[in-house]
Amino acid sequence: MTPEAEFHQRDRDVHPPAYTPVYKTSVLRSPRIPLWSLQNSLSEVTGPTFSPAELGPLDNDLILNYAKQGEPIGEQTIVHGYVLDGNGRPVSNTLVEVWQANAGGRYRHRNDTYIAPIDPNFGGCGRMLTDENGYYFFRTIKPGAYPFRNRINSWRPAHIHFSVFGTGFAQRLITQMYFEGDPLIPHDSIIATIPDKTAADRLTAKLDLNASRPLECLAYRFDIVLRGRRQTLFENKLQGG
Amino acid sequence: MTPTPFALSYLPETPSQTAGPYVHIGLIPSQAGFEIFQNNFSGDIAGPGVAGQRIVIEGRIFDGAGHVTKDVLVEAWQANAAGRYNHPADKQDKSLDQGFRGWARTGTDFETGIYTIRTIKPGSVAGRKGRKTMAPHVNIWLASRGINIGLATRMYFGDEEATNAQDPVLNIIEQPERRRTLIAPRSERAGTIVYTFDIHLQGDRETVFFDV
Repeated sequence: MTPEAEFHQRDRDVHPPAYTPVYKTSVLRSPRIPLWSLQNSLSEVTGPTFSPAELGPLDNDLILNYAKQGEPIGEQTIVHGYVLDGNGRPVSNTLVEVWQANAGGRYRHRNDTYIAPIDPNFGGCGRMLTDENGYYFFRTIKPGAYPFRNRINSWRPAHIHFSVFGTGFAQRLITQMYFEGDPLIPHDSIIATIPDKTAADRLTAKLDLNASRPLECLAYRFDIVLRGRRQTLFENKLQGG
Repeated sequence: MTPTPFALSYLPETPSQTAGPYVHIGLIPSQAGFEIFQNNFSGDIAGPGVAGQRIVIEGRIFDGAGHVTKDVLVEAWQANAAGRYNHPADKQDKSLDQGFRGWARTGTDFETGIYTIRTIKPGSVAGRKGRKTMAPHVNIWLASRGINIGLATRMYFGDEEATNAQDPVLNIIEQPERRRTLIAPRSERAGTIVYTFDIHLQGDRETVFFDV
């Protein structure tokens, strides 16, 4: 491994700390001993790769990928954007996975008991690989808000969970995307775990009228930034590798 | 972002958020209770024909009150039996296997809290900039409800005492008793080799987690 393969140090100030009493479940699941800082070795600069052949043609279409007798209920929505690294370079051919509640705020999960009904035509998950420009795109149903057991009356704003791999295991990231204009955003205990409001605001996808389809559906734009590598050219070599 | 004269134009990383209680829907849908994709990414790292000693890694993940957690996503990333990662940045002069990605994911069981990864024992990997060789290890990454940003750790093998003693990562951990939180004891059960790797998120036996 050459030093050029190393990632930039993670700026922990843009992330939530482990211990955030505003989100009660974090209290007992947060390490209290400082993390040991580990300079990158091969174990951190490498990570799993995936190929288009492993994905199905409807994997990035949440409107159709679980449709049984018809299409799911709710606002048909496009979500799209770019996965970039800290140098502003596209992260191409990386796996993006998403999951979410249905239009009523109910998850297709054996542990979710919220009163909103399951939609028989909606699974609530999808996945895709970014293209050579780092671009991803999927169609879905806009998820509903729902309550969760944190405080007595805690509600989650509408959101979509994102999982991204990047080019090395040290770039691995799971996050959540919110929708511009949602009145629950300022009240959310999960967003509130991020101390830096500017950083938290980057999780709100902007309405993208130009990407919407007239008389069909609205679109939202959500760009994702992973950590940069010391040498940006390295990314281009990786794609060929 | 438009570069500004005299200003660095690095983009800040997207903030992490918890994976939440329903992480299985997106990443392990069969555990959530349904099938959707033709091809799922399983807890089996090494398919048939991959070289190496077959092993099972299993364990439980405890919270700060000693409760067993039952909704944690566990991902594992490792080198093959020769000690090479299946990735273009690994240029070691060692063989690669067909069909060995080196990665798997699973969830702790909703009833028992046990996670299980079927794999092969990895070989030793060259250390940073080709310095001291790293003892065989599996890189582990955890995400779940209550975990705001994914936790990175490593599992080392209990029967590799001599190589572990030379490992450059274990040796940067100041307290020897904390190094032991990363070492999984070996046992055999009905002919299967099992390494038990329990993880403590917090408390007296808190596992070493890394800022990588």
